[in-house]
Amino acid sequence: MRFAIVHSKLLPDKLLHSSQKTYPISSIDQIPVLQMNPSYSYNIELQKQLSGKQLLLDDLTFPLEEIQEHYEQGHLIYRKGIHVEKNKPICTRCGNESNLFFAHFPCARCGEKCLYCRKCIMMGRISACTPLISWTGPAAQVEMNRTQLSWDGSLSDGQQAASERVIQAINENKELLVWAVCGAGKTEVLFQGIDAALASGKRVCLATPRTDVVLELTPRLKNVFPHIQVASLYGGSEDRHLNASLTITTTHQLLRFYRAFDTVILDEVDAFPYSVEESLQYAVRQARKQSSSMIYLTATPNEKWQTECLHGKKDFVTIPARYHRHPLPVPRFQWCGNWEKGLKKNKLPPNILQWVKKRLDANKQCLLFIPKIDKMEKILPLIRLLHPKIEAVHAEDPHRKEKILAMRNKEIPMLLTTTILERGVTFPNIDVAVLGAEDRIFTESALVQIAGRVGRSAQAPGGDITFFHYGKTNAMIRAKNQILKMNEEARKKGLIDY
Amino acid sequence: MIINHCLVCFSELMPQMGWTTLFSKEESHYMCTECYVKFEKIEGETCKSCDRPLAETEPQFKVANRCLDCIRWEEDHEWVGTLERNHSLVHYNDFAKEVIARYKYRGDYLLSYLFVPLIKKKLQLISFDAIVPIPLSEERLYERGFNQAEAIILAYGYQPNNLLTRIHSEKQSKKSRSERIHLSQVFQTKINIPNKKILLIDDIYTTGSTLRHAAKVLKEAGAQSITSLTIARG
Repeated sequence: MRFAIVHSKLLPDKLLHSSQKTYPISSIDQIPVLQMNPSYSYNIELQKQLSGKQLLLDDLTFPLEEIQEHYEQGHLIYRKGIHVEKNKPICTRCGNESNLFFAHFPCARCGEKCLYCRKCIMMGRISACTPLISWTGPAAQVEMNRTQLSWDGSLSDGQQAASERVIQAINENKELLVWAVCGAGKTEVLFQGIDAALASGKRVCLATPRTDVVLELTPRLKNVFPHIQVASLYGGSEDRHLNASLTITTTHQLLRFYRAFDTVILDEVDAFPYSVEESLQYAVRQARKQSSSMIYLTATPNEKWQTECLHGKKDFVTIPARYHRHPLPVPRFQWCGNWEKGLKKNKLPPNILQWVKKRLDANKQCLLFIPKIDKMEKILPLIRLLHPKIEAVHAEDPHRKEKILAMRNKEIPMLLTTTILERGVTFPNIDVAVLGAEDRIFTESALVQIAGRVGRSAQAPGGDITFFHYGKTNAMIRAKNQILKMNEEARKKGLIDY
Repeated sequence: MIINHCLVCFSELMPQMGWTTLFSKEESHYMCTECYVKFEKIEGETCKSCDRPLAETEPQFKVANRCLDCIRWEEDHEWVGTLERNHSLVHYNDFAKEVIARYKYRGDYLLSYLFVPLIKKKLQLISFDAIVPIPLSEERLYERGFNQAEAIILAYGYQPNNLLTRIHSEKQSKKSRSERIHLSQVFQTKINIPNKKILLIDDIYTTGSTLRHAAKVLKEAGAQSITSLTIARG
């Protein structure tokens, strides 16, 4: 849309009474920000929808006149949907600055050839003439209760130490990385920190790259914080306008937030797509208040973060042992020759067949990770010769959930899988192998996560993890070393009994 | 326009080198092969009026090479012969739904180029004097930012002939078939177009009601014949 500047105020062309020169918002040099009138009686519904957000006019259900009035009373701001830095356009909502994701279109709203961002288009189009709207009036009230946490579990020594560091970081508005091995019980480590934040009236956000995790965490947190409102956000969820003290969300939904949270906890920092999507990292930065704390959770920080921790450049705390006080299973490496070539002749390496057979004979469930879907489709019929009930899953498999459930119910003996099952899913007593561990899709963190599937329950804390490979890679070696180092640290700290 | 990434999934487009590409232009220029194959092209025997694929139509819903819906249209003296023929490019499957929704509701304008190669092929079979987009009402045009039918014509490199205007009304997609058919006329035209062959463009053919209402107005304004082309056949 177009705006005029009248008496040092921005005025949408639709509300103009006389003919004035108008511009798309991005062509206006300085957008006037007006002083907040403290005696203005603002619309509480609008405050609720807009507080801590950055929304399009189309996202709001209020008439333009009312929105404009709140602007003129200093209760909201218009920002440029696309702004320019160093002569380069940048999408203000998602931070995109790549030409690949920008395009022009003849825009009916401004009547010009208008630049728009294709990167975040699924959340409604941001173009050069689009105002992004944020609340600047009094913050919406969040309820405050003294005792929030209702949990009578206990923490392991490793968890307790980490929990104290989390509380400290939250109280002091600092950043902290919690490096907890797979199966350490990192969610419990957050409870007291979140409680401390809520008790001092802070707005807390727990973000994760994956919808599955949001769906899993929401009931758990609602359970331990029964007296507060919890918003659960993912594509298509209904809590979109809920202004809750605790928000559990996918990182993607954070694109609609702006300076909203005093505490952001980011789970699985190293997981796809957050790890590779700059726009999601940008979204997390935008969603934080200027003074706020940030807790990162991961079992597998990337190489850069590991180095920063090592050199004291990043505050971090480790939980090197699992809650059941058994060491992490250490991967074995087994050379399996040029398995891809063999596969063309419908042959699998004999040591892999043997590994699988041994598990089937012993009635022990197992997972076999495979680098690519097309390879998996070739392998499935070959492996099925050993047992007809073996199944395969991948990200776009429509029966993914049923197959995982069948595995959990022990109805099937074995699953072939792509990296889709590398994290999140746990089966209590399984062995795991990777076929083609040399493939570049198996990064250090992927391999540590895959090894982390083994020995999760206290009843079955051991198990076998084997990397079948056609040439060792750095990632394989680093993954093994990381696991060995964690076990060693845990032993030193007295966190392992066995 | 130079495009080296798939318009749908953004993956890099690898030029497929080989004898075939040397002598013929690749069909799927603006998308990668993975995305291209997710669209089901309309092929084989189709209804000679609306292009509905007849292979999967139950026998009780077709007579010879016409579908029952079109037979009903053509039996109605008010509508007989209004729309000569509709052509459609792809089935309105889940993937097409997703892509078209991103194009017209989210407003990803660039996707108007997606079907240029398929349109090109189709237009060789159709003769026309003027190419006319199904218009949006002023309100809807402002809301969407562009007219999705007009954008397709522009992407193809033609000048759209905006012969029609539209009165604002409820969204079509929220109505039932019978509500759509018994709709009062929402289109208007101010110009007489004697003896012109008109090609109407829209994104989806669902019941054919929109296109027939538009065709009717053009016919009354003197057009000789009206055919239509849509991206998807619902």
